[in-house]
Amino acid sequence: MALTLEQVRHVATLARLSLTPQEEARYATQLSQVLDAVAELEALDVSQVEPTSHATLASSLLREDVMRPSLPPEAGLANAPAKVGTAFAVPKILE
Amino acid sequence: MPLSDFQTVIGLEVHAQLLTQSKIFCGCSTAFGAEPNHHTCPVCLGMPGVLPVLNERVVEYAVRTGLALGCTVKPTSVWSRKNYFYPDLPKGYQITQYDQPICEWGELVIDTPSGEKTVRVRRIHLEEDAGKSVHDASASAGQSLVDLNRAGVPLMEIVSEPDLRDADEAVEYLKALRDVLVYLGVNDGNLEEGSFRCDANVSVMPKGSTTYGQRCELKNLNSFRFLKQAIEYEAARQVDVLESGGKVDQETRLWDVNKGITRSMRSKEDAHDYRYFPEPDLQPLLVSDALRDSQAKVLPELPRAKRTRFMGEYGLPAYDARILTAERPLADFFEACAAHAPDAKKLSNLFLGEFSRLLKDEGTPLSALRFTPAQMGELLATVEKGTVSANAAKDVLGEMFRTGRAPADIIAEKGLAQVSDVGAVEAVVDDILAKNAGEVEKYKAGKKSVYGFFVGQVMKAMKGKGNPGLVNELLKKKLGD
Amino acid sequence: MSSTLTDLSMLELAAKLATREVSSVEATRASLQRIAQVDPKVRAFLRVDEPGALKAAEASDARRHAGSPASALDGVPVGLKDIFLTEGLETTCGSRILEGFVPPYDATVVRLLKEAGLPLVGKLNMDEFAMGSSNESSAYFPTHNPWDLTRTPGGSSGGSAAAVAAREVFGALGTDTGGSIRQPAAFTNTVGLKPTYGRVSRYGVIAFASSLDQPGPMARTVGDTAALFQLIARHDPRDSTSADVATPDCLTGLEDGVRGLKLGVPREYFTAGMDPEVEGTLRASLEEFERMGATLVDVSLPHTKYALATYYLLASSEASSNLARYDGIRYGQRAKDARGLKELYTQTRGQGFGAEVKRRIMLGTYALSAGYYDAYYLRAQKVRTLIREDFTRAFQQVDALVSPTSPVPAFKLGDKVDDPLSMYLMDVYTLPCNLAGLPGLSVPCGFTQAGLPVGLQILGRPFDEARLLRIARAFEREHDFFRRAVPV
Repeated sequence: MALTLEQVRHVATLARLSLTPQEEARYATQLSQVLDAVAELEALDVSQVEPTSHATLASSLLREDVMRPSLPPEAGLANAPAKVGTAFAVPKILE
Repeated sequence: MPLSDFQTVIGLEVHAQLLTQSKIFCGCSTAFGAEPNHHTCPVCLGMPGVLPVLNERVVEYAVRTGLALGCTVKPTSVWSRKNYFYPDLPKGYQITQYDQPICEWGELVIDTPSGEKTVRVRRIHLEEDAGKSVHDASASAGQSLVDLNRAGVPLMEIVSEPDLRDADEAVEYLKALRDVLVYLGVNDGNLEEGSFRCDANVSVMPKGSTTYGQRCELKNLNSFRFLKQAIEYEAARQVDVLESGGKVDQETRLWDVNKGITRSMRSKEDAHDYRYFPEPDLQPLLVSDALRDSQAKVLPELPRAKRTRFMGEYGLPAYDARILTAERPLADFFEACAAHAPDAKKLSNLFLGEFSRLLKDEGTPLSALRFTPAQMGELLATVEKGTVSANAAKDVLGEMFRTGRAPADIIAEKGLAQVSDVGAVEAVVDDILAKNAGEVEKYKAGKKSVYGFFVGQVMKAMKGKGNPGLVNELLKKKLGD
Repeated sequence: MSSTLTDLSMLELAAKLATREVSSVEATRASLQRIAQVDPKVRAFLRVDEPGALKAAEASDARRHAGSPASALDGVPVGLKDIFLTEGLETTCGSRILEGFVPPYDATVVRLLKEAGLPLVGKLNMDEFAMGSSNESSAYFPTHNPWDLTRTPGGSSGGSAAAVAAREVFGALGTDTGGSIRQPAAFTNTVGLKPTYGRVSRYGVIAFASSLDQPGPMARTVGDTAALFQLIARHDPRDSTSADVATPDCLTGLEDGVRGLKLGVPREYFTAGMDPEVEGTLRASLEEFERMGATLVDVSLPHTKYALATYYLLASSEASSNLARYDGIRYGQRAKDARGLKELYTQTRGQGFGAEVKRRIMLGTYALSAGYYDAYYLRAQKVRTLIREDFTRAFQQVDALVSPTSPVPAFKLGDKVDDPLSMYLMDVYTLPCNLAGLPGLSVPCGFTQAGLPVGLQILGRPFDEARLLRIARAFEREHDFFRRAVPV
């Protein structure tokens, strides 16, 4: 299955990736190849097969509702590229 | 067609914050109002490498709610990731339940002008809240600020079927649902702080039609009043659109409090492709029979059942019963007092009147009351016996409120007891009538208006403590009426 | 002294530390010297933490002196793939987007190693976000194979494998999503164990594909691998997928041999495209197992050929979501010239991620997107079930499966960089075990004529790592390939 440039751009928008025109072209080709390769799965009849989403089926782990200390904000924000006070700063969000 | 030829159709999606100590997937506090990012840790900041571990109380509360609403509680439900980018969503996805929620198909009965109505609840699912972005901080022009204290706060979403037919029904449903959640102890019902939130899906169709119109989702409805106004505005807007030959677009609209209108939120690009898939970091959620049973055991009597019982058991009017049962602690305290009180209706009057006023004015929570239900009963019994007047009883209650002392002590100390001794009252009446022979003549000659003068004089002489019924009875007898 | 000291296995060094013939500071200094000497050529390390390692070594020596070592390996210096978060020590996952990121917490396995007293010498190079089979997708530089510097050490735990093989550290931790521990182990004459999914905590391990990722030990001998494994195989209440099982004893029965064991040879793992020297070495190894008393059983894993496609769809889908958090808001690099929020996202991510990572995010986003989910993601999940069932059936007949780890020996750097499909084929024998959540191990089984290492893969039932190690040890005992001097 061949991916169009338009599809590549749509996927890049969904994934929030800016791509150069060269990258768009390259990914269109490479992803098309990968999709051709994975098309072999269509040969299998899986209509009666349950999907596997977890490698092992352990019972769900739960924790008690107990409060634990939070990070000091200095530590939580130490890696922030931009901050104001103890808040992370981003370019203005237009609704 | 005029507006009246259209039928409004409404479904509500309610987000209720669960009353846990810690967040849904980490140990950070859920408390409201902390400084930005003071309730965060690597997990809720979405640091690299972190993993979610589910808070067991969240599951208990969802099961409890599901049972209370008559839902099917699913033995297995599944966590999914809802993928989208937004600065207040630290991982770039929200962990939520999607195609396999924890509870399905319940119902909630509400009152409408035409009688009881059963509203179907389609599903209840669990999810994590996002953080908060502040857009208008003056100190940071051109920037928005992100606070992740709320990120990871546990939410329960309760989705109704589109069974509601006007704004009043929607308000009634929302109130009834809030009462239930607060009764269950799973939510604080606080719309203003956003711990109980509601979105409304609104559409219109010609009356008699069975095909729903295109719906719009309304947001920012943080009070019952706004819910009503927004639905009414939106229904009229959609009818206008249809009447002028247009078609209603499926979109999200924001209630603008100031302008009193709904307006389209600039539709987010690709907002509709959330790429849900099963959350690999969390195993499917298993609800055991034991957990179900433990929650069934702690289910309280729900507001509606309690209201009906109050009307039957205590002979109260619907109005009283509704107010008394709106909150579980008040209802519980009423019942405790009723066990000691001679007359439930008089107790109810006191609850709805002076007691409510005191609670409000003094800002005292019921849990901090200084007097006992037995003392409340004692107070009412003294009124019944005529020991104190209904008016004086209010003062006594106020004093009980502040000091927690026994009513008898307060009455004695303040000298509030009425004089109900016939001989004592009679002596004063005789004395007053004798001192005012001229007025008595006038009265007997037909000037009935001086009667009040006699009452006033007697009461004055008795320093206000004469039993009013007895004073009247004796005055009228002596005056020959 | 130092060159011979670094040639010791972890257990040999631990014995000398126990008798105080050697101190941890000496061993750690020897390690650091060896790094200074060979790493300019091998380039295994992204960052060396000399002060931290020496401080830990001094503390270890104090414990040994006091007669209270924290563990059997107390004082043995090891390295960490840069996918493990280390509090206060930069962690980049081989990516520009995390350049300068200093974690506020330790991964659970890092904490366990620190508690066990092992000096952590530094952070090892890797394919960016563990996506690759050659270490060439590292945003910083490729690592070279110590057996032939023109070749790849494999990936994605290539830095870990190269550092262990080059005697820069005594052991290391890696992670394995589709073969990222076993394939580099095979390429470098080292042992690598990918534990059962859920055996080792993933908390603090930067996620690539959450349902497949598993951290594991890498070392020069089977005994070392077992000893290191026992330090990290712990249930972790911070990881919901962590199995609540006891830490296994892998050392007691390690020398018990393979007599009486049934070893399955999956016919689908001996296919066209395998390097003839690899195949020859493997066939010889199989005969040796028979000589040692094992029974070889021909088995079939019929859905093997679908594993690659299944793996790439599932791993890429999970990755597309796992990597959404790298947005330049809370940590990591932010695009400098972004105007507005939308550009903040697209440029930060467009500039911060390398080509392979972007390729997989694109594939995964596509496979999950509206209209394609059923055809790609859901179908792959169903095929995953079939692949698991293949293994379940096989393990009803046999105790373990043996196969080549990689169809080829280490290839030349640059050979496959622009050919993703052929690069993906490198993992064809390793990734089915990740899809099934099973334990797998690679143990050296010989060299090609050109002197390149060849690895033998052993796969087992869930939580049967002790048996895999025992089988590997039986083979190792006959050869001692780990004694062979590395040319670098």
